[in-house]
Amino acid sequence: MIIPRVPVQHRRLLPDRRLSGPTPWVIAILMMLTLLAAAAGVGLARSANAIGSAIAGRVTVQIVTANPVTRAQQAASLRRAAAAQPFVRSARSVEQEELRATLGQWFGSEGSGEGSDDPVLKSLPLPALVDIDFVGEDRSGHMRDLQALVAREAPGARIIPHAEWLGPVARLIRSLAWIAGGMVVLMTLASAAVVIMTARAALATHYPTIEMLHLIGATDRQITRLFQRRIAIDTAYGIALGSAVAAAILLLIGWQWSGVTAGLATTASLGPAGWVLLLALPLLAIALAALTARQTLLAALKKIL
Amino acid sequence: MTDAAPARPGGAMVEFDGVGLRYGPDAEVLSDISFNLQPGSFYFLTGASGAGKTSLLKMLYLAQRPSRGIVRLFGEDLVAMPRHRLPGFRRRIGVVFQDFRLIPHLSARDNIALPLRVAGVGEEDLSGPVGEMLSWIGLGDRADARPATLSGGEQQRVAIARAVIARPQLLVADEPTGNVDPDMAMRLLGLFEALNRLGTTVVVATHDIHLISRIENAQMMRLEKGRLSDPTGALRYPPANRV
Repeated sequence: MIIPRVPVQHRRLLPDRRLSGPTPWVIAILMMLTLLAAAAGVGLARSANAIGSAIAGRVTVQIVTANPVTRAQQAASLRRAAAAQPFVRSARSVEQEELRATLGQWFGSEGSGEGSDDPVLKSLPLPALVDIDFVGEDRSGHMRDLQALVAREAPGARIIPHAEWLGPVARLIRSLAWIAGGMVVLMTLASAAVVIMTARAALATHYPTIEMLHLIGATDRQITRLFQRRIAIDTAYGIALGSAVAAAILLLIGWQWSGVTAGLATTASLGPAGWVLLLALPLLAIALAALTARQTLLAALKKIL
Repeated sequence: MTDAAPARPGGAMVEFDGVGLRYGPDAEVLSDISFNLQPGSFYFLTGASGAGKTSLLKMLYLAQRPSRGIVRLFGEDLVAMPRHRLPGFRRRIGVVFQDFRLIPHLSARDNIALPLRVAGVGEEDLSGPVGEMLSWIGLGDRADARPATLSGGEQQRVAIARAVIARPQLLVADEPTGNVDPDMAMRLLGLFEALNRLGTTVVVATHDIHLISRIENAQMMRLEKGRLSDPTGALRYPPANRV
């Protein structure tokens, strides 16, 4: 049992000084940080997975033929030919307006209503782009087939696998997720250390009572249950407080996140499994605290005859 | 070997044979201690300060294992006994400490009830014996008082009540009258005597010679520099009877 049942009269053996020490507050802070790190880890891991699966089978063919008419013809021809291939899920020509709108953000003309009318932008020789998504897992084989197709339909065009430029981003995000996971482990260990120190301090503080209980025939189990209960309740208070603050912060971030609809931000979410993990963490923390306290107490009591 | 009573093999409540005790690497504080305690008897343990009385009592109430020798309690070898079996034996022993060792945040009633609660006696069965005990020690009207609000003599009586509430077979008291005036000392001794008449074996460590003379049939063990001697010669027994 996580919090052992102890008769009321037995509970009085320890003075009632609940929440008076630093333990619940330290545990609250650690629990809040653990939950935030866990949420960040889950969100980042899901984002990395989403990006990874999105980019793994996508390439962009960049056609840079100097003649704009030939360039457009090659792009249209390649899109049709690619769409007819069995290894291609979809092929899409990126519209010139879309390219200009993207570039406009960098030229500073986007949002001022001048995007498509910017003479500088209009004068730029933009390449023709064709986005192609592969089907299946055999991406190296698909790449060879596509290279042959591109050589036939748009000689001189360059194939850019998305994994080449988004892969490092996905790896960075995955690394951050691992770091967040590591922080969860470290803070869990720190919480366990706090419980161990609390248990040892409690034993030291109440040593005369423990010695007396031993001498009148109390078993280690009886004494351990007293302290285990007290420590488990104190840590449960801390865990509840830390969880409440973390939940408020996560809800606030989630509310703000919901307004972000662009780019990589949309891939970051907790998902059902993430929420289950976050809800389970406080319960696991209480169980860990009780178990740690029990083992610490039993080990310490064994040193006393 | 000095014996506190004629040896009756198999009948002794406590048997010490060649017991020595040392703390760490230092010299032995107790050496070659051998004696038997018979059920229902009353013993005084005397000796100068530092003679080893408290160390000997600690082994009697199972707070300390000997460094060597044999200790048998209630017929069982305690030296080799696994630790988890000790609580059962401790519940058969009552201890009165020189410094009382009452739990400060518990009332007199709760301090007295402690051994019964530890033994698993239900609350409904506690109030009767605890109330009787409080009346017996004359503290019926101070049941809810914390130890800090009690006088030294009252605290000592609570400590004695706690030691005897579970009707122990062996009562061990370390200088139980060291903190009280002579009148109170005699009253406390009367409590021990009454308990002894009910069948409890009593061992009282004291260096108050007047106290010793007040108990008829009490036997005396004397410690000198960690060794047990027999000052009166009355406790000596024939070697053939040794356990």
